[in-house]
Amino acid sequence: MSQQTAGVAWPVTDGTRVPFEIYTSQDVFEREQERIFRGPLWNYVALEAEITEPGDFKTSFVGDTPVVVSRAQDGGVHVFVNRCAHRGATVQRHASGNTKEHRCVYHQWCYSSSGDLTSVPYRRATTGFGGYSPDFEMKAHGLRKLRVAIYKSVIFATFDPSAPSLEDFLEEPLLEAIDRLFSREVKVLGHMRQRIHGNWKLYVENTRDPYHAALLHGFHATFGTYRSSQRGFRGHDRARAHSAGGKYGDDFAKPATAETVGDDNYIASYSLTDPSLMAGRPDFNDNINLAITSIFPSVVVQQIMNTLATRHIRPKAPDDFELYWTYFGYADDDAETTAARLKQANLVGPAGLISMEDGEAVELIQRAIVREGRDCAFLEFGLVDDDPDKDTQGEDAVRAFWRYYQGIMA
Amino acid sequence: MIVSPEIYNEIVALEYRYARVLDDDRLEDWPKLFVERGVYKVIPRENWNREPKLAILFCDSRAMMVDRISSLRTANIYNIHYPRHVIANVEVLGARGGDYDVAAAYTVYQTDQEGQTKLFSVGQYLDVITLGENEPRFREKIAICDTFNIPNLLAIPL
Repeated sequence: MSQQTAGVAWPVTDGTRVPFEIYTSQDVFEREQERIFRGPLWNYVALEAEITEPGDFKTSFVGDTPVVVSRAQDGGVHVFVNRCAHRGATVQRHASGNTKEHRCVYHQWCYSSSGDLTSVPYRRATTGFGGYSPDFEMKAHGLRKLRVAIYKSVIFATFDPSAPSLEDFLEEPLLEAIDRLFSREVKVLGHMRQRIHGNWKLYVENTRDPYHAALLHGFHATFGTYRSSQRGFRGHDRARAHSAGGKYGDDFAKPATAETVGDDNYIASYSLTDPSLMAGRPDFNDNINLAITSIFPSVVVQQIMNTLATRHIRPKAPDDFELYWTYFGYADDDAETTAARLKQANLVGPAGLISMEDGEAVELIQRAIVREGRDCAFLEFGLVDDDPDKDTQGEDAVRAFWRYYQGIMA
Repeated sequence: MIVSPEIYNEIVALEYRYARVLDDDRLEDWPKLFVERGVYKVIPRENWNREPKLAILFCDSRAMMVDRISSLRTANIYNIHYPRHVIANVEVLGARGGDYDVAAAYTVYQTDQEGQTKLFSVGQYLDVITLGENEPRFREKIAICDTFNIPNLLAIPL
């Protein structure tokens, strides 16, 4: 029995084959918006550290739908669609800021920081001039609100009233991964954005694919900068929607060797002429120097050395998404630690010495998968029948992503 | 501010040399346009008005620039293209000793292997240029990207 997703047939359902049409079809994209981004699961929208004061807001997205993430006067966090209940115009035109009200410029409909309609011009009719009927209810014309859930200052939202609690959606060890990074008060250091001409799922796969890491990204191996013990870890929820993975290392500053990097990748023909790039003290006592937590559908929480960031994947079209990085440190970082984080920002983001390749890999696929839409990607690296938790280098987490995806899209 | 034509010409010539070095793929010569403790940063415009001003590319020594270039040459994979830097509106904003604060507008186009050109980045430079006894050099070059949503990735410096 073959299973279909919006007209795309899966030759097998174990995630080892992925038909290329799944990355190019507009029908699939539309179904994703409905089943995934408006489905019974939680979407990352922002960090509380980005809206600390009453009236603070920032615009974000749930799938391709523009939303405002807002802190109300009572301190509560609200997420509402950035679309006027009157004519559908964009209400909040600024990317972020502080305001007592969100006012649509078109006809001056005005909303509170929790998204309720607070005033409408000329509501009462005067002779020959406008007005609404006496039974016009302000309450019925607020901005469309989403459910909001916050875990350790990370804000999620959902359109679906039937979504389980955020904690039940994430489960351990995803919650642990968030605990690890967000148990101290966070301070946002800035943002980075990339616009990548590829399907958003290609990037999600990338964040669950340890196979490519040392093969595509040559910086650490070339400069001998990263001393990996080759010991990894892997965790996931029962439904395997999400993936938490990473690697243990030891002292950042110790040089790599063929034993620590692996014979295939060890080149180390160069060393940094200015090693200050790698200066920094570990933030945690667990010897983990790389932790990539990929939360379905569209956020990655990362720690690579002292770089801490959320990466919000914002789909725009089947072949287009924005990658929005929120780069952070901790409120109690001293000046030296902040300086190290700002310098290590060289490693990640659109110009990242160890990350710039990912956007290119996504675009290389998107450019080539024309015409033979029923041909498939081949995902059998890391023995398929093996215990997934034993093999931390295989494509198992990518296969698991596709199995979960098939279920939610069915 | 108004400076002598000789000084202005030296400043503009350094800016043009900067563009040519990058566009001619003489990336190894790029760090040589900076003093040894020179600073080069690419800062998205949305980060410019906040603190700290997070940069997506940040070198605070010529050695770091050398490392960046050897990484591009030997380790990184990025879109194969020809860049073209166009620098205009060069304006001297201030002077201290032999150092000049200079602002300029930049535009960078990228041409792919099929000869298609796309606008890659627009923004401004805020530079500190030293005209001493030696060759003119940058003490500091801050590229503030109006195009802060980077098309795919940034490899070759702006």
